[in-house]
Amino acid sequence: MAENAPLICKDIHKTFNENEVLKGISLETRKGDVVSLIGSSGSGKSTFLRCINLLETPTAGEVIVHGEPIRFKQNRKGIRVPADNKQVELMRAKLSMVFQGFNLWSHMTVMENIIEAPMHVLKVPKKEAIERAEAYLHKVGIYERKDYYPSHMSGGQQQRAAIARALAMEPEVMLFDEPTSALDPELVGEVLRVMQSLAEEGRTMIVVTHEMAFARDVSSQVLFLHQGRIEEQGTPEKVFDNPDSERMKQFLAPKF
Amino acid sequence: MLDLHGYGPSIMKGAVVTVELALLSLLLAVVLGLIGASSKLSGNRGLYAGATAYTTLIRGVPDLVMMLLLYYGGQVLVNKLSDFLYYQFDIDWFLQFDPFISGVLTIGLIFGAYMTETFRGAFLAVDSGQIEAGKAYGFTRWHTFRRIMFPQMLRHALPGVGNNWQVLLKTTALVSIIGLTDMVRVAEQASKAEHAPFKYFVPVAVVYLLLTAGSELFIRWVNSRVSVGVVKGD
Repeated sequence: MAENAPLICKDIHKTFNENEVLKGISLETRKGDVVSLIGSSGSGKSTFLRCINLLETPTAGEVIVHGEPIRFKQNRKGIRVPADNKQVELMRAKLSMVFQGFNLWSHMTVMENIIEAPMHVLKVPKKEAIERAEAYLHKVGIYERKDYYPSHMSGGQQQRAAIARALAMEPEVMLFDEPTSALDPELVGEVLRVMQSLAEEGRTMIVVTHEMAFARDVSSQVLFLHQGRIEEQGTPEKVFDNPDSERMKQFLAPKF
Repeated sequence: MLDLHGYGPSIMKGAVVTVELALLSLLLAVVLGLIGASSKLSGNRGLYAGATAYTTLIRGVPDLVMMLLLYYGGQVLVNKLSDFLYYQFDIDWFLQFDPFISGVLTIGLIFGAYMTETFRGAFLAVDSGQIEAGKAYGFTRWHTFRRIMFPQMLRHALPGVGNNWQVLLKTTALVSIIGLTDMVRVAEQASKAEHAPFKYFVPVAVVYLLLTAGSELFIRWVNSRVSVGVVKGD
C-alpha cells in the first residue's frame, strides 16, 4: 500500500540557526487525499510544506515521493544536503507548487508561464504543451487572459493562472502555500472554488491555509500544527467538532 | 561634409576608430562584468575574493595610469616572455602591443569592474520568489539562470549599463595619448598645425555628443523591450 502512496514524510525536523522550527512532523497521503495544514503564524506549517519539495532541506527525516526516498548526504561543513540534484529536480516536477505571492514569471505571458516547465522539464512538445495549457486555462476560467502579462491581471486571476501552471505539470501532488492569503477578500472565493473542483476530481493536494471553511468542507485530513509539532490530526469532523487538544479549542474559539 | 582644410575625412575616420574601440571595449566589459558578478554571488570564497580584489584595484587606480601601465608595462612583459621562450624552448613568438588592442584591453578591464557592480546589484534585485518558482518546478540551476534570472536581471541592469557606456565612450579619448589615431588625436594634430583649436575640437565634441545622444535613444528603446510585463511605477 505504502509503495503507492503519492507522498510520505517521516519525522521531519528543521532547524534554522539553532531555532528548531519543526520538531518531527510525519504525514502519509493516499491518492486523492486533500490534506489541510492549519495553525497560527509561526507554527511551522509553511516551512513543513517547503520541506516537502526541498525548497528547505529538512535537518532530519525522510521524504518519500511515490515510493522513492530522497537521498541526502552531509556536505563538507557537515550540513545535510540532497545527495543528487537530478533526483530532486525529477521529484519537484512531480510536486507542483502554488505560492502565496503567485510567483508567476513576470517577463512571460500567462501562456508562456504555463508551457515553460512542461516543455523544458518534462520535454513535452510545444504544440502539446500549448493544448494542455489551453485546457487548464479553460478549467480555471481565464482562457481569455492567456496573452496577458501577470502584472496586468487581478490577484485572483494571477493565482488561477498559477494553478493552471501547476496543473500543466500533471503532478502527483499539488502543494498550496497559503494560496488565498495575499488576495483581496472579494477575490478569495474564485480561487477556493477552483481548488474545490480540483479536490472533487480526486487530485492529491496539500494545502497550507487560514480558510477554515475550506479545511472543514474540502479536506480529507486536517493537521493542526503548533510550535513545530502536530497538535491535532484527523478527519475534519474530528479536528473541528471534537478536538482533544486545548490549543485547537482555543484556535477555533471565536476571537471577538 | 566638413572639409576642415582636408582634416575632415581623417576626423571622420578617427570617429570610426572611436566607435570600434568603444564597442569592443563594451563587449569585453560586459563579459568581465558578468563573470565578476557571478563570482561575487557564487558563494565561493576564492571567487569572491578574486572578484573583490579586481573591482577594488581597478576602481581605485586612475584610468590613465592603468592605460600607460598596460601599454608600456604589457609590452615589457611580452618582450621578456618572448626572449624566454626563444632561448629556452626555441619558440619564435612575439606580440606587438598596438594602441588599439591596449586600448580595448584597458578600457574593457576598467569598465568590467564597474559592470561587475552593476550586474551584481541587478541580480540581487530579482525577486527571490521568481527564482524559487523555477526551482519548485524542477528547473536546473542553469535553466533558472538562463530563462528567469538573466532576462529579469537585464531590466535592473540596463540603466547602469547605459551610464557606464556613456562614460566608456568618453573614456576612449584617453587612448589618443598612447598614440591611437582616433578622432581626438587627429583633431589635436590638426589644431596644433593650424593654431585653431575651436575649429577642430568643436566638431569632435559634436560627434561625441551625437554618439551619446544616439545611444541614449537606443537604450530607451531597449529598456522598453526588456520591461514588458512591468507596470509603470512598479
